Amino acid sequence: MTTPSLTPGTANLWLGYGIAGESNVAGRQSLIPEQELSAYRLMLLIRRFEEKAGQLYGMGYIGGFCHLYIGQEAVVAGMQMTIAEGDQVITAYRDHGHMLAAGMEPKRVMAELTGRHHGYAKGKGGSMHMFSVDRNFYGGHGIVGAPAPLGTGLAFANKYRGNDRVCLTFFGEGAANQGQVYESFNMASLWKLPVIYVIENNHYAMGTAVERGSARAEELYHRGSVFGIPGEQVDGMDVAAVKAAGERAVAASRREEGPRILEMLTYRYRGHSMSDPAKYRTREEVQEIREHRDPIELLRSRILAQGGAGEADLKEIDREVRARVNEAAEFAQSDPEPDPSELYTDVTAN
Amino acid sequence: MPTEILMPALSPTMEEGKLAKWLVREGDPVRAGDVIAEIETDKATMEIEAAEDGRLDKILVPEGTEHVKVNRPIALLVAAGEDVSVASSFAMRPTAPPQDEGRRHHREEVAPAPVRRSEAPTSAAPSGESMLDLGEAPPLVEEAPAGPQVAPAEPSPDEEVPPGTTMVTLTVREALRDAMAEEMRADPAVFVIGEEVGEYQGAYKVTQGLLDEFGPSRVVDTPITEYGFAGVGIGAAFAGLKPIVEFMTWNFAMQAIDHIVNSAAKTLYMSGGKMRCPIVFRGPNGAAARVAAQHSQDYSSWYAHVPGLKVIAPYTAADAKGLLKAAIRDPGPVVFLENEILYGQSFEVPNLPDFVLPIGKARVARSGRHVTIVSYSRGMAYVLDAAKRLAVEGIEAEVIDLRTLRPLDLDTVLASVRKTNRLVTVEEGWPICSIGSEICARVAAQAFDYLDAPPLKIAGADVPMPYAANLEKLALPSVDEVIAAAKSVCYR
Repeated sequence: MTTPSLTPGTANLWLGYGIAGESNVAGRQSLIPEQELSAYRLMLLIRRFEEKAGQLYGMGYIGGFCHLYIGQEAVVAGMQMTIAEGDQVITAYRDHGHMLAAGMEPKRVMAELTGRHHGYAKGKGGSMHMFSVDRNFYGGHGIVGAPAPLGTGLAFANKYRGNDRVCLTFFGEGAANQGQVYESFNMASLWKLPVIYVIENNHYAMGTAVERGSARAEELYHRGSVFGIPGEQVDGMDVAAVKAAGERAVAASRREEGPRILEMLTYRYRGHSMSDPAKYRTREEVQEIREHRDPIELLRSRILAQGGAGEADLKEIDREVRARVNEAAEFAQSDPEPDPSELYTDVTAN
Repeated sequence: MPTEILMPALSPTMEEGKLAKWLVREGDPVRAGDVIAEIETDKATMEIEAAEDGRLDKILVPEGTEHVKVNRPIALLVAAGEDVSVASSFAMRPTAPPQDEGRRHHREEVAPAPVRRSEAPTSAAPSGESMLDLGEAPPLVEEAPAGPQVAPAEPSPDEEVPPGTTMVTLTVREALRDAMAEEMRADPAVFVIGEEVGEYQGAYKVTQGLLDEFGPSRVVDTPITEYGFAGVGIGAAFAGLKPIVEFMTWNFAMQAIDHIVNSAAKTLYMSGGKMRCPIVFRGPNGAAARVAAQHSQDYSSWYAHVPGLKVIAPYTAADAKGLLKAAIRDPGPVVFLENEILYGQSFEVPNLPDFVLPIGKARVARSGRHVTIVSYSRGMAYVLDAAKRLAVEGIEAEVIDLRTLRPLDLDTVLASVRKTNRLVTVEEGWPICSIGSEICARVAAQAFDYLDAPPLKIAGADVPMPYAANLEKLALPSVDEVIAAAKSVCYR
């Protein structure tokens, strides 16, 4: 892929790293056609789901905070392909994509966003708090940095039980400045815990560009090096590169080699949350990324170029995905609100 | 004249110890800095060094003697070349673990406190006190905890213990350890994690022996990283394990309160009942003795405020054991507030293979008809002492030990107030938005017509805990205050 020239701006930083097309060339070939199509289907599902969520927010069906994942789909799609049944996933609050990737039902995720009875948390959690023990998805956490020790604890449980499960622990590059992340790195390395920290570097911690908030912003994957945790920087817009790097990390961690850090260079097209006008970056910057680095477009053109599927096949996938998302949206609007009696349930376990 | 060498206080809360070994014999010359004896406390073995040159004249307490009270003379020293006594003092240094020195001084639970006592050769001994009195010497340095000495709880009519059960005497420390050990034997998912819980055997020796029995995978020493290991514990609980997270003290858990509240307490609710978090957070809470403001805070009302938590603050060893076992079995997060001063106190504990108490039930520790006094944790020590003295004056206090602070057993309090028509609450914590505030408010709302006097709340002073012995004493409730309050609501 050619590196596009960009208007001067912060996003130049990540495009200037020179990782794309270098270390991950091998990764590109790591997807067989069926995997490419299933990744395409998932990424498209996440995008259409998030676009619909944005619409429902505008219509007043979704309230509060709603953090959309549009632009970052390749990260979770690629990582999900590296793990097996029983491996755990935990993330922060930009989490709808992770739930869909984990196999949670779109209509019940959407019903949670609208605060309805059949939402994953009966409408009590909302956008930032959903869990599925069946799908090994452990939330859904609203405090920046909190997933780091929690995910480390899930990995601790794997080691305690002597199984070979690993835990994917996602957080943003903004969270990577939280102290608890380093407390976690220390323990994970000390005890060789099977945890993969996935730093989703979308370049903006709310309104703060990464280089305004992080020392040595160009190498967040080194943030674990003083603890002896190997890190790798990955083109997070390329699902094949994500999968290749993810597989290396997961395999090492599963072999009891301890934690790994993957810094995914990615980008969110929307604001931090729905109420963010995103004045801290230029329209041109966003447009450049969308036109030249879009993860879905990248995969789509690769599939077509390599003959894994034709235009008609992809159109069919698009149609299926739209139908699923529309069904989810209709369900989420028509499902009843939780019964008032739910106010006092689930406070303490019995 | 010889100088007395006194039994030193080796920690802020030490009241007695064992004279483990004499390293010098009678007649031996000693030089300043020589290690002359080893003292064992329930926390550590320490060495005593001579502070000046001289000759050991007489050993007053033979080695191997247990329960030697602080400040009791243990030997006589004749100063070098002198027959007149000079003030002698002894510096102690800890033998285990030396790595504590200087590293984290503010955490050091063993604070050497030199004891000084000299006898003026010409002045007469105080009447009634022989110079060689081997009994309990009055402490010249205020080392005892401010407040009453704790007496074993009165035996109560206790339907929680089957008739005919034999009792064993245990310290609160031992009871807590036994509770953990029993639950760890019964359930392989239970493990202990925290600072110094393993190889050090517990900063306050509560986890003593657990490492030997259960090994390092179930007695997990952490780095000093409260926020981190609280989160790790919660993650492990999400995965179905049952962690016991020990905080060296609850003061340090302020760094972890985000995870206790946001990640542990709220998750069941915000997951719609899907994600459980079976975890116990435990450690000493509240004022110890002379450790100043940052190490002396009572967090009872902080955690009792939070829906999703259960909060337990036991007084007796039996309650500590039975409730800690219940806490470990509980399917949700439990905050277990212990008290350092109570760790060494002995109580009768039912000698049962599996003694578990219900969470959320108060205990009537003493029956009475004139006034209801409600307390918990170490506050009970003041109250039971006060109740005895009130009885002498004809006031029979009904004493309620809350034991659990959330859920609060208000029914037991209300039933008592309906009988006595008077209420006093006693706690060591700050008075604003306190446990006593809550009880007074709810009793006023729910039993207003039964009250013959406004409820009174006795609490700690509304100040950061001072260090000075006299000020610290003033900052904590006293037996006299409790007695005055009880008389006041009885209009006597």
